Amino acid sequence: MALSGIEIFKLLPKTNCKKCGHPTCLAFAMKLAQRQASIDLCPDVSEDSKRVLGDAAAPPVRPTVFGAGDNAVKMGEETVLFRHEKKFVNPCALAVEVKDTMQDDEISRILDDVLASGIDRVGQRLKIDAIFAGNASNDPASFEGLVKAVVAKAPDLPLVLSTSNPAAAEAALKIAADKKPILYGADDSNAEAMAKLAKTYKVILGVAAKGPEALSVLTEKIKGFGVEDMVIDHGGRTAAEILEGNVLLRRSAIKKNFKPLGYPVITFAQRDDSMLETLIASLGIAKYSSIVVLSSAERWKNIALFALRQNLYTDPQVPMQVEQKIYSVGEPAPESPLIITTNFSLTFFIVSGEIENSRVASRLAIMDCEGMSVLTAWAAGKFTAPKIAQFILESGIADQMKNKELIIPGYVAIISGALEEKLPGWKITIGPREANALPAFLKNWNK
Amino acid sequence: MAYVAQKENFPGKVFEVTFGTDTKAVFGGQNALPFYAFEGSIPNRPLIAYEIQDITPDDWPEAVSSVYKDVSHDPVAWARFSQDELKAKAIALRLIGTHPDREDRTPAEAAKAVRDVLAVIKVPLIILGSNSIEKDGPVLIAAAEAASGRNCIIGKAQEANYKTIAAAAMANNHKLIAMSELDVNLAKQLNILISQMGLDKERIITDPMCSALGYGIEYTYSVSERIRLAALAQSDPAMQQPMLGDAGMHAWKVKESSAPESDIPAWGPEKERGIAWEAVTAGAVLLAGADILIMRHPEAVSSVEKFIDELMQDGGR
Ligand code: SF4
Repeated sequence: MALSGIEIFKLLPKTNCKKCGHPTCLAFAMKLAQRQASIDLCPDVSEDSKRVLGDAAAPPVRPTVFGAGDNAVKMGEETVLFRHEKKFVNPCALAVEVKDTMQDDEISRILDDVLASGIDRVGQRLKIDAIFAGNASNDPASFEGLVKAVVAKAPDLPLVLSTSNPAAAEAALKIAADKKPILYGADDSNAEAMAKLAKTYKVILGVAAKGPEALSVLTEKIKGFGVEDMVIDHGGRTAAEILEGNVLLRRSAIKKNFKPLGYPVITFAQRDDSMLETLIASLGIAKYSSIVVLSSAERWKNIALFALRQNLYTDPQVPMQVEQKIYSVGEPAPESPLIITTNFSLTFFIVSGEIENSRVASRLAIMDCEGMSVLTAWAAGKFTAPKIAQFILESGIADQMKNKELIIPGYVAIISGALEEKLPGWKITIGPREANALPAFLKNWNK
Repeated sequence: MAYVAQKENFPGKVFEVTFGTDTKAVFGGQNALPFYAFEGSIPNRPLIAYEIQDITPDDWPEAVSSVYKDVSHDPVAWARFSQDELKAKAIALRLIGTHPDREDRTPAEAAKAVRDVLAVIKVPLIILGSNSIEKDGPVLIAAAEAASGRNCIIGKAQEANYKTIAAAAMANNHKLIAMSELDVNLAKQLNILISQMGLDKERIITDPMCSALGYGIEYTYSVSERIRLAALAQSDPAMQQPMLGDAGMHAWKVKESSAPESDIPAWGPEKERGIAWEAVTAGAVLLAGADILIMRHPEAVSSVEKFIDELMQDGGR
């Protein structure tokens, strides 16, 4: 929570010396509250006050970058609890687990799956973001072997090194520290040794404790050892525990600006049942996890999780509209059909999807109706014969078409006569009401 | 600074709805955000109804239509299979065959399908029209009469046709689904209009309109969250209705749940993908506030039931 102008004023020297370029300390405080000035302008403010102000101004969930290069993953920086308030900022990273107790071929297969996980969807490249390497054996040499194998095969992927054994941690860090990994496994029993390693090797420390309260005590202790970047685990493993822990952590950070819990959250979703694991991971994506750890990267699971993450991390302020224009679905030829509908983005997605399903290359005219669906737009006078005619004529699409024919949604069959009058020389065809009837309609069209 | 758990108590609660006569089903009734049992009371788990149709579906992908291949030609056999083999807790009969673009079946034919199905099931029934604004009125009037005394849920009433459908629900003592298109204010207004007709506000189920994963589910998600927050934080009686997630229908309509792996190898096998698509669609709307789901694939249903088990395991603490 940001401080108010008055709260900031109380922290200033109150001498009104004007060295900051403002007439009074209060005026300066007001500017600071609006984030229009920097505290550095006041030469006389105490170090203590500066620290309090700095803490208050920092984002409630600490920005943290994990991994290096093009594959680096940004975490934290979240500012809200509900996405309708403001965009969720950094999409939850997905990591897949390999363990040093697994057979080599199993490790190799999982790494292959992860490396091949990338797909393009709605203009974004989506993939499994990281590898979670686990020291299930608790043996430093085995862990070192695993990390070597991972780094050899997937040198550019961000890594989580998971061990609570400081000797194993150090063996792994010697190999992989330059990749800015997360060293996960600090707990109450090894905090000092693990913090020392994180500090020495300049990596993010993954900190685990049972419940938010114990976790907040532990992160403060670790911060005291000089570690700033952390990822936190409240210990919840069942869906109910994950939800409760994640909600309480995010609320503390957002509503109270409670720094000891203002770190990205890691969630463990592994289940024997991969379909259930998909749902547990969905919970993490929807409810505040910054990293979700999975046990496998099946392609069917990946695409479902990628789609959910992409959907929930879109900007809710952007209206549900697509741009007015004539879209091509497939590669339309001069004799291909021309279909018109409104620019409500769901209408667009569904209609263009159904045209794709039909495998009939088509032109899809999307008309700006302020994001309304067909019936609503028609009722509101936005999807009417004169307006449709104007859009079609101005688009100049007729030049590219063999026969001037326009297919309109069945819901506005009533305007076909008026449209024929406004579009002389055009044939107006009444299409189906529902998009799901389009494939059948298009297959029989002009037959 | 010591940690203080930021728990929230809400003044409002979601209305509880019971339907059915023989074996009843109940949902809603909570005074907390979805599955937030650590700060409120969640007396009922969300309910999943299995969808059946009055005609053989011609647009269900193989992965899901194959499950019902021996029964989907006959709503009675389909209903029995869902109840007896799949252990459905409720059944949703979608009278899709009445749609003018499908088989344009008459209201009398629809009523017969309803009667026939009700004759063989004990679990509660949801009766859905075909989402044809004009046709749903007469169809649901006939269907509601045919189901009189069985305490069903009928729908969906929309802004353009709610009067007839709400009247049919009232006259035959059913519950009513009120659907609006992804808009908090329209949802609220429709609930108000329907209660002004005399239908008890506690007999309404709000359908904020489901969308498929990948195709606008974020709109359903946020509209649902806003409706639920208004119910809990403001005790707004036009927003306290439990919510429906018509997940299966939307999830199985998109390319990702049907395209064969041979077309798009990077998407993996279509069967698991389709099931995951339905399960994640359902899971997301549950997390946003849905109290009753309509689903299709038994494996998607059982995964979502396991998910609910885990989410509810500490319920009522
Ligand atoms: S420089 Fe500092 S002490 Fe001087 S007026 Fe500005 S805020 Fe006040």
